[in-house]
Order: sequence, then C-alpha cells, then structure tokens
Amino acid sequence: MNLNATLFAQLVVFLILAWFTMKFVWPPIMKALDERASKIADGLAAADKAKSDLAHAEKKASEELRKARESAAEFRSGAERQVAQLIEDARAEGARIVNAAREAAEAEAGAASQRAKEALREHVAALAVAGAERILRKEINAQAHAELLTQLKSEL
Amino acid sequence: MAAEHAPNASEYIVHHLTHLNSLGHKQAKLVDWSVFHLDTLFWSVTLGLIAILILARAASKATSGVPGRFQAAVEILVEMVESQSKSIVHGDRSFIAPLALTVFVWIFFMNAMDLLPLDLLPNIWAAVYGAAGHDPSHAYMRVVPTADLNATLGMSLGVLILCLWYSVKIKGFGGWMHELFTAPFGSHPVLYPINFAMQMIEFVAKTVSHGMRLFGNMYAGELIFMLIALMGAAWAGTVGSGLLWVGGVVAGTIWAIFHILIITLQAFIFMMLTLVYIGQAHESH
Repeated sequence: MNLNATLFAQLVVFLILAWFTMKFVWPPIMKALDERASKIADGLAAADKAKSDLAHAEKKASEELRKARESAAEFRSGAERQVAQLIEDARAEGARIVNAAREAAEAEAGAASQRAKEALREHVAALAVAGAERILRKEINAQAHAELLTQLKSEL
Repeated sequence: MAAEHAPNASEYIVHHLTHLNSLGHKQAKLVDWSVFHLDTLFWSVTLGLIAILILARAASKATSGVPGRFQAAVEILVEMVESQSKSIVHGDRSFIAPLALTVFVWIFFMNAMDLLPLDLLPNIWAAVYGAAGHDPSHAYMRVVPTADLNATLGMSLGVLILCLWYSVKIKGFGGWMHELFTAPFGSHPVLYPINFAMQMIEFVAKTVSHGMRLFGNMYAGELIFMLIALMGAAWAGTVGSGLLWVGGVVAGTIWAIFHILIITLQAFIFMMLTLVYIGQAHESH
C-alpha cells in the first residue's frame, strides 16, 4: 500500500461520476417514480369515486323501483276501483232496464186485459141484448135501453 | 497458476499485490505524489462508466407506467438511496442523494471485481504484456480498485471536501468557524483550542476511517482469495496436495459466497457514512 497521485485522480473521478448521476440519472428516475405515485393515487381516488357512484346509483335504482312499484299498485287499485264502479253501474243499468221492461210489459198486459174486458163486455152486452131480443121477439131499442145496457156492462 | 516459472507462495502474493503504476516497478517510497496506479485508475474509471451508463440507460427509459424488471430493479435501488438520504440529510438533497447512489453502485461494482477468478484478468494482461515484447513476469495488474488505499482515500477525501462545502454553505463561513471553536464543549475562551483540536481530530478520523474501512475489508478479502488460490495451486499429484486442492475449492466457494455479502455491505456502509458525514455538516451543534 502506497499513497500517490492516484488518490486525487480517484477524487476527481468520484465527483464527476456523482455530478453525472445528479444531472442525468437521478431526475428522470425520480420523475418517473413521482409520476407513477400520482397515477396510482389518482387511480385509487377514481376507484373510490366509482365505488361511491355505484352505491349512489344502486340506491337511486332501488328508489326508482320502489316508486314504480308504488305507482303500479296505485294504478292497479285505481283500475280495480274503476272496474268495480263500471260493473256496479252496469248492474244498476241492467236492473233499471229490466224494471222498465217489466213495468212496460205489465202496463201492456194490463192495458191488453182491460181492452179484452172492454171487448168482452161489449160482446156480452151484445149477446145479452140479442138473447133478450130472441126471448122477447121484439126489437130492443138500443137507444132507449142504453142506460140499461151501460148499467149491465158495468156490472159484468 | 499465474507465472510460468512457478513462483513460490510469497512471490505469488507479492506479484498479485503489486500495482501497475506509472513507474513500471514497485513504488519505493510510501508516499510519492508523482506516481499513478494505472490499474486502479483504469478499472475504477471503467467500472464507474459501466455503472453510470447502466443507471443512465434505466433513467432514459424510465416511464411512469408499468416498469420492466430492469427498471424496477434500478427503482428499488433509487428508492432505497432516496429514503436513506431523506432520513439522514435534512436539507437540499439534489446533489447528495445522487452522490450516495453513485457511491453505492460504483463501489459495489469495484468490490465485485473480487469475485472474478483471481488470475483471470492478471493472466490476460500478462499475455498482452508479453505479446508487446515485455517480460510477462513483470506484468502487474490489480483488478479491485477498492483494495487500493488511494482509491478509497480519494473517495473519502471527496466526502470530506463535500462536508466542508456543505458546512460553509449551510452555516455560513462565520457560523462554521464559530462551531469549530465552540463545539462540542461550549463557548469559553479557554475551551476554544480544545474544541478546535477535537474538531480537527474528528474530521481526520472520519475521513481516514472512512477510506481505511473499505480498503481494509477489500484488501483482506483479496488476500484471502490469494491464500485460497495457493491451496488450489498446491495440487501435485499426491494425496495431501489433492486434499488441499479440495479444501481450496470448498474454501473458495464459501469465501466467494460470503464475499457477496461483504461487497454489498461495504458499499452500503460507505454510502451510509457518506450520508451521515454530509448530514452532520447540515446539523448545527
């Protein structure tokens, strides 16, 4: 082991190499590392945001679903009510028509029987008159006996 | 093994521990500022270039998207250095953190030269040296720059200079002078020289121990690889030498595996101490 001028040469080389590293090696590597770190941080933040967005969207979707269900139920019950109303109305209308028809029929029947009675009375009165004529062999004056006849008719 | 004229163990080790320097022979004086270790310079600069080019390649291709394996590996390293520097140095780290990264990767690469076969590069160099018409037995080549005290002290001296620079930058020249004379014992005229002496001792001790620690570990590791290689080289056809050869294989395997830890750990320690010392320059007492 001897000491000599190699020492100073080594010193100079040492400083030059360190300078080179400072100038050309260190900054790009640190830059890449820092950039990657910030990229990763951004990525993590984005993932967090996506997660909270997803949770938010899920909540919103279930809310919408619930609303849709509610309105569907409301709609259905409304429709049911309306249908029931329609059925009720139809039933009432039907009953009314049936009643009206029955009343009309009854009225018709009453009138018909009345007319038949009237006709029958007329007929009976005529028969009675004809019978009496034959018995009496004499013409009955319808005019003279109208009162009697009408009385007779109303008694039938 | 290495030399054709079958050196003995001591010659083998001395040969392997001799640097290729600008003199062409072993440096005589302990300290001689006119000499360069060419092998240390070549390998440290080469490995430094490889290290920063690998890092620069990763940096130029770095994307903030999904990283490939290579980019991820470099990023792990960068994140490690970044978090360490952030916890130790409180202030502007735009130079300090890259410095720590450079220190770690560069020293790791230089240490890792220890894991190459001990004689591989020296033998190639000897062949080249011989082909160039020189005596191959004088082809010296040490391939682990961090096992050269010049390299490690050069780097720790760099760290010291940065400590002084940041001390002045953070505290101002006056503030730093004030600290030199009043810390650690307190502000009193009697204590000024003691404080100053303590601070000087601290700076010297930090720098020397910083460089020496790495050097010592790698030098010792290299030496043990040489001893293990000598066990393997003992093969001479006898049972005893055969057992030594087997022992060399086993010991070499164990030591190389253990050395994976050491080279990484020493690179990490050097980086951490660099950060700690520069961090201290940022703290006021």
